Amino acid sequence: MSLYAFIGALETGLVFALVALGSYLTFRVLDFPDLTIEGSFPLGGAVAAKLMVMGVDPWSASLAGAAAGALAGLVTAFLNIRLRILHILAGILTAIALYSVNLRIMGGPNVGLLNVDTAFSLAERLGLSSRYAPIAILLVVVIVAKIALDIFLSTGVGLAMRATGANPRMARANGVNVDRMVTLGLCIANGLAGLAGALFAQMLGAADVSMGIGVIVVALAAVIGGTALMPSRLVPMLTLACVLGSILYRLAIALALNSNFIGLNASDVNLVTAILVAIALFAPGRKFSLPKWSARATK
Amino acid sequence: MVRKGDEMITLENIEITFNKGTPLEMRALRGIELAIPQGQFLTVIGSNGAGKSTLLNILAGELVPDAGRVMVDGTDITRAPIHRRSSVIARLFQDPRAGICEQMSIIENIAIASARTAPRGFGFAITKDIREQAIERLKSLGLGLEKRLNDRVALLSGGQRQALSLIMATFGPAKILLLDEHTAALDPGAAELVMRLTDEVVRRLEITTVMVTHSMRQALDYGNRIVMLHQGRVMLDISGAERASMQMDDLLQLFRRREGEELADDQLLLA
Repeated sequence: MSLYAFIGALETGLVFALVALGSYLTFRVLDFPDLTIEGSFPLGGAVAAKLMVMGVDPWSASLAGAAAGALAGLVTAFLNIRLRILHILAGILTAIALYSVNLRIMGGPNVGLLNVDTAFSLAERLGLSSRYAPIAILLVVVIVAKIALDIFLSTGVGLAMRATGANPRMARANGVNVDRMVTLGLCIANGLAGLAGALFAQMLGAADVSMGIGVIVVALAAVIGGTALMPSRLVPMLTLACVLGSILYRLAIALALNSNFIGLNASDVNLVTAILVAIALFAPGRKFSLPKWSARATK
Repeated sequence: MVRKGDEMITLENIEITFNKGTPLEMRALRGIELAIPQGQFLTVIGSNGAGKSTLLNILAGELVPDAGRVMVDGTDITRAPIHRRSSVIARLFQDPRAGICEQMSIIENIAIASARTAPRGFGFAITKDIREQAIERLKSLGLGLEKRLNDRVALLSGGQRQALSLIMATFGPAKILLLDEHTAALDPGAAELVMRLTDEVVRRLEITTVMVTHSMRQALDYGNRIVMLHQGRVMLDISGAERASMQMDDLLQLFRRREGEELADDQLLLA
């Protein structure tokens, strides 16, 4: 694998680590399989790109992308809690609706950022080399997000959110407003997805309406793969596992695509990812040990 | 006689019907009237389907009655959601897994419960203060749980979990404790231990308690008032001297006699 491919994989891995942290919150903490990110990720990109083209500074635009994502989470929460639509379906509905919304926001299928200042080009001006500026910035953002999430999950509200996912009946009996916790969790998770989308668009040099396709599977691959490789019951270790899972996943994909002898090409990524996630979902609880007959054979 | 205003809990004409308008229609509670004074330890007994769990669920907020009023300490809570009434009502479940979060530690569970009566904020949940209080309260159980604060609750036995649930339920100043056959899923030794600990806590805190049980023995051994439900009605209500001198046989006889009367009434109606 070339250095260029390696750095590219690292950058993408870090961006999707933000999505993975959000998905950890929904899938693992709240036990709410949220598919909204399929729409809130490109929404964050669309909002940020549009604002930046209009002259807003890249960091404010990225935060606006995050806020738009959080709003999308609010819509899913409304569909699920108030209208009592099944959680998975509520997320799909929001994501589908956002596809149209994103086209409206961008006024077309994409918005280019080639002649606009991005968060990364600003860093270059501060003296960072153009090759490592994105990695440095993304690393800081991801670390801040991870630590903030860890701290949040150890506060009174954070514990109440964990109880909501682990045992809603117990949470209610202890005065937790379960609906409010689900709403807050969805807002945070989709806010992170929106922020990731905003940064991803700046990295690519354009926001594209189709950049959300498959985000959910990539996030799941990071959460499930990461926590399968690094099992723990401590929240800071689990969020670290999600971040590392996201980076490892990108490196594995880059490795597979760059190894000509396997015969895979870029269009096979989704298939490979789906197979990896299926294996990771199947594996927990099973020990990767040799079958019994082999133990007997060596005796 | 209890003066009006001294009651902690007042149930007025509570009616609830399940599966209304279907062949499975069941009138679970038919006009329950009950006044429970502050500090009383009431045990509710009755056969399966008598309505005792339904009654407890109406108090806890899991069910809203079709008619009638639930008053707690002078406030109408008939329609208040569970999380709103939890600041005055604490609860122990029958299933030892229901009242705790298995994958979280003992201290985390206690921290969640400690916020039942206080607002939850964005400060760290496990403070030095909560840790010290938790150690002190867990010590009183005599089970050594105070040395295992960071252990996952999944590692505890059923009896230990119910004992922990008891500490959690009474960590803050609750006015009412609801016990939903909380020893029924335990082995006899653990059941006796949990019941003894419950009795100690209830006496020490002088908390108004409603315990549902299907064991007449338990109902006689603990508490100071027995209410027997039958087909959604209060069939027996014994307290004071009558309750104190009552033996198992008396209670059984009373039950059979009242049941007989009930049957006779029904036959009269059908005739």
